[in-house]
Amino acid sequence: MPETLQFYLFAALAIGASALVIGQRNPMHSVLLLIASFGALAGLYVLLDAPFVAVAQIIIYAGAIMVLFLFVVMLLNAPQEDAHKDPFALVRQSGLTRVGAVLALLLLLQLSWALLSVSGLAGPVDAGGDAAVVSSVPELGRVLFTDYMFAFEATSVLILVAMVGAVVLAGRRENEE
Amino acid sequence: MFNSSFDAVIPIVCVVLAALAAMAAEAFRGKGERMPIGLLGLVGLVAAGVSSALLWNRNAASFGVLVADNFGLFVTGILVVVGILTILFSSEVLERDGIPAGEYYALMLFSLSGMIMMAMANDLLVVFVALEIMSIAVYVLTGIRRDKPEATEASFKYFLLGAFSSAFFLYGIAFTFGVAGTTRLDAIGELMAAQAMVDNPLVLLAMGLLMVGFCFKISVVPFHMWTPDAYQGAPAIVTGFMSTGVKAAAFAAFARVFLSAFEPYIADWAPAIWVLAALTMIVGTVVGVAQVNLKRMLAYSSIAHGGYLLVGLLSANEVGKAAILFYLAAYAVTNLAAFGVIAVLGARDQGNDELRDYAGLWHSRPALATLMTVSLLSLGGLPPTAGFIGKWYIFAAAVSAGYYGLAIIGVLTSVISVFFYLRVVVMMFMKDREVAGMPAQVSGLGMAALAVAIAAIFYLGILPTQVLDLAARSISTIF
Repeated sequence: MPETLQFYLFAALAIGASALVIGQRNPMHSVLLLIASFGALAGLYVLLDAPFVAVAQIIIYAGAIMVLFLFVVMLLNAPQEDAHKDPFALVRQSGLTRVGAVLALLLLLQLSWALLSVSGLAGPVDAGGDAAVVSSVPELGRVLFTDYMFAFEATSVLILVAMVGAVVLAGRRENEE
Repeated sequence: MFNSSFDAVIPIVCVVLAALAAMAAEAFRGKGERMPIGLLGLVGLVAAGVSSALLWNRNAASFGVLVADNFGLFVTGILVVVGILTILFSSEVLERDGIPAGEYYALMLFSLSGMIMMAMANDLLVVFVALEIMSIAVYVLTGIRRDKPEATEASFKYFLLGAFSSAFFLYGIAFTFGVAGTTRLDAIGELMAAQAMVDNPLVLLAMGLLMVGFCFKISVVPFHMWTPDAYQGAPAIVTGFMSTGVKAAAFAAFARVFLSAFEPYIADWAPAIWVLAALTMIVGTVVGVAQVNLKRMLAYSSIAHGGYLLVGLLSANEVGKAAILFYLAAYAVTNLAAFGVIAVLGARDQGNDELRDYAGLWHSRPALATLMTVSLLSLGGLPPTAGFIGKWYIFAAAVSAGYYGLAIIGVLTSVISVFFYLRVVVMMFMKDREVAGMPAQVSGLGMAALAVAIAAIFYLGILPTQVLDLAARSISTIF
């Protein structure tokens, strides 16, 4: 029972913080709320017996990536939105935005319908064995370097491409020196 | 030589090595020094082509997630041809437009390696990583001309929407994993077959989300919004590359996932594809008629061609099977030839890609006008070109599979599309106007690439049986 309570607590925190992220006028507040949302997600991972993922979530998302976010917000000096502006002005004015809102609601309904109407999963979701083995770091490493070896290696090419791309788009060119 | 468990990786490794060599060459290049970096790419691509030919019929598999079956190898062949033609055209264009050669070739080859990986992937996770390798390189290539604001805009739009669609795709993978407990396509297929009678809403959700991700990449209506802007803003040579390579790779993965893993649920996904195919053919054609920019017009034409491909996917019976791969090959060489002509006719400061720029081209550049005419007629599906045979088989498959509605829509939209292709031809031949700002000379390599593409169009159009046979035998390896 306390576990269920904890789940709803973290879930409410995650959803609430995420909703507030898009409602803020000050981008800095959005970033800070996003950190709160990531923290709540980490809590959910702990409840799922996945402490490694939880720690990775904190270190990588709430730590490294959000620092990057903050830097970008500060460097770009993103202006604060006008405080008197109607927060729903965009939805009221533009027809296409309204269509988008309706589609998003439909997706939400679809997702909730699918998730609610599932009663007991048919597939082998239970990974077998006890949770301590499945969530242990050595086991994670073993799976990563055996079953998912190729995807892991291919990711290095992906990161290289992203680096080359960033340099191409932002670096200095020979003829511009 | 080909007996290890690494066999299936060889074509990908060839292309990645070529990309790394291009990067290294650029790093060691002295200032102002010229290096044949494109040649490195050609070597890598030829190696990839040869190794795929050697792997033919062997059904090699590596790590359990990569299968070099004939389907994957056939698509790899198409991608290698796309890459070689693109490099030949690029040699013409890069220096003129001030595009940095090392970075350009490296990104293009990385993107190709992602495409090949996508065509061979037998695991949803690998499909995703391959999709990202391909996409990120193409986003950058779209905006590689930083001196042009419209290129940057196109790149940014493509990137934002692409990231959005990747999220859908990833969400679909997550749900699939939740249902099946694995990301391997063959294992998912077995599991789906075992429980196909159960209407599992999670499976429907997963299929829907994956479909959105794939449809974005092959620019199916209503996920096509980025296509006209991205295709118009990118350099013509990059547009040619992404309108053929990206589409072929994404479609190959689409076909593999839906025809092998989700095949038991075909009754559920077929109606959705029906609607998407009909919408795509109609919107692509009707909006295409109104365009005055040639690149934008060809963007809508390529959207419409995505619709024909979906018809082929839907009616994948005995006739349709071969038609899918044949159409992919025919479309790739044809579209690449058309964008090749646009690329070589451009100048540094002006794209020369408005329809009126082509007025009287026959009088100033008879050879290029003829080549353009051939590729446009093939896109329109007139005999004796590759496009005609491709469309013929797609529609025949649709009829024999009982999709009369789609066949009728397909034929009608083809007829309408001939109108806008012919408009360009009329412009080139009937109008009389001295064209200013066209480049003085087209070098041997560019013309050679065009000649090869045109020869391929006629070969596929006049003697299609051999390739059709090959295509039929290739696709039978996946379902």
